[in-house]
Formats: sequence, C-alpha cells, structure tokens
Amino acid sequence: MTSSPTPRMDVMRSQLSRARGLGSAKTGVDHWWAERVSAIALVPLSGWFVLQVVRLAGAEHATVAAWGGKPANSAMLLALMVLTFHHMQLGLQVVIDDYVHGKAHLPASLLMKGAALLIGLFAVVAVLKLALARPDGA
Amino acid sequence: MQDVRDALYIGHRSDGTLTRRPMSPHLQVYRFRLSMFLSIANRAAGVAAALGAGLGVCWLNAAAKGPDSFRKVQKVTRHPLGRAALAGWTLALVYHVVAGLRHLAWDAGYRFEKKQINRDGPVAVGVTLGATLVLLATILGVAACRSSKRAS
Repeated sequence: MTSSPTPRMDVMRSQLSRARGLGSAKTGVDHWWAERVSAIALVPLSGWFVLQVVRLAGAEHATVAAWGGKPANSAMLLALMVLTFHHMQLGLQVVIDDYVHGKAHLPASLLMKGAALLIGLFAVVAVLKLALARPDGA
Repeated sequence: MQDVRDALYIGHRSDGTLTRRPMSPHLQVYRFRLSMFLSIANRAAGVAAALGAGLGVCWLNAAAKGPDSFRKVQKVTRHPLGRAALAGWTLALVYHVVAGLRHLAWDAGYRFEKKQINRDGPVAVGVTLGATLVLLATILGVAACRSSKRAS
C-alpha cells in the first residue's frame, strides 16, 4: 500500500494565487521609494534654505521681498515647497497607517492628504506672489 | 467572549482546565536602549517638522502680503515663546535630517550591524545638538547684528 503524497509548496505564494496566474501588483515599493527620493532631494534644498534663513535673519520686509523677487530664489523655494509637502504627506501616511485602525483610517488619511495639499498650494501661491510682485511693493 | 481574537488566547493547563494564555510582551518589559528612543524620535521629529512647516508657510504668506502682515509675524518670531518654537522646529528638522541620512546609509547597506548602530547613536545625538546650537547661535547673531546696525 502506497502512502498518498503529502501536498507541498515550492514557492512562497499561495496555491490560489498561482492558479489564478496573478503575480504581485508590482507597485509595492512605490511609496517607500518616493519617500527616499524626495528625502535625497530635500537634503540640498534644505541646506540652501538654511543658508537663506541665516542671510535673512532679522531682516525687514523690503529685504525679504527683494529676496523673494529673484527668479532663482523662487525656483528653489517652489521646489522646496512641493517636495517638502510631498515628503510630509508620504511620512504622515505611514504614521496614520501604524496608529489609526478601523473605520477612522480612511477619513484620517484623506483629511491629512487634503490638508497637506492645501497648505502646499498656499505656499506655492505665496512664493509666486512674491516672485511676481512689482518692486515698488504694489 | 466579546472579541473573536480572544479565541486565540484560549489554552489548557496541564490538568486540562481552560486558561487564558499570556499576551506577547508589552513595551515596558524591554530595557531602555538609545536606538529605540532615536527611532521613535525620528518619527516625532518628522511630525514636529511638518507642524513647523505650516508656520513657515505663514511666514512666507506674510512676506507676500506686505509690510504690515510681515511686522505681525515678526512680533511672533521675536517673542520668547515664538523663539522657543523656532528653536524646537530647528532641533526637529536637524534631527530628522541626521536620522534620515542614517536611514539612507542603512538602505544602501552601510553601518547596519548592531554594533555599528549602537556606536552611531550617541554620535547622531551629538551632531544633532551641536548643529542645532551652531545654527541657532548664527541666526540670532546675524539678527542681532542687523538690528544694532539699524539702530545706529
């Protein structure tokens, strides 16, 4: 009498998934990867911003407005704002994923993303307003 | 039984009676390690930096609005409490950058041995505190120079 063969699995994938012919969605590392890339970009941008803050420490409005009117500064500020709020949103998403469970998870994530988007847009508009303001302050 | 997860906690004593099995250890049973504080501090610093960025946007908006709004913001940034908040924001940002650079190194496969991580922890604390103090002193120094120049 031969014993029936024991079922075995050679791959770390469920038999159902093999039967369906589905693999991974191939997007599993997008969030992680975007977090690293934005972090790397933010290192030099933040360094530049720190230098500017040191240069502008205690300055009056006219000096700051003149600084914000220069195209190079506007471009750097815009890049800094977009990447900061993108990176912030990615990071806070992980915090929410870890600590907010159940029904509250979706509204919490959407609220956070909406707030990050709005504050980021607000920052972009402020930078553009500084960039496009007339030198006489009007 | 209120929660289906309780079913996983049912066990038998050696005499066959039912018992509630112990849960996995909670945070307080572990001995304090610097690396575990630095790990959660990085997350906290990220959240604090995010809150500070909101304040930074207020500053930018005031500069865009005009001299009157800018003076109002300056009242906040020159107040001791405002100064304390700025110092806290700087500390959070500097630490988040330091810890972020360590994470990038770990992701690339460097300094990821337990020994190295334990050795690098105090260095990260020192670099953070040093850089924060130098940065704050420089900013306050430049601001003081500027106001004394204006006064004379």
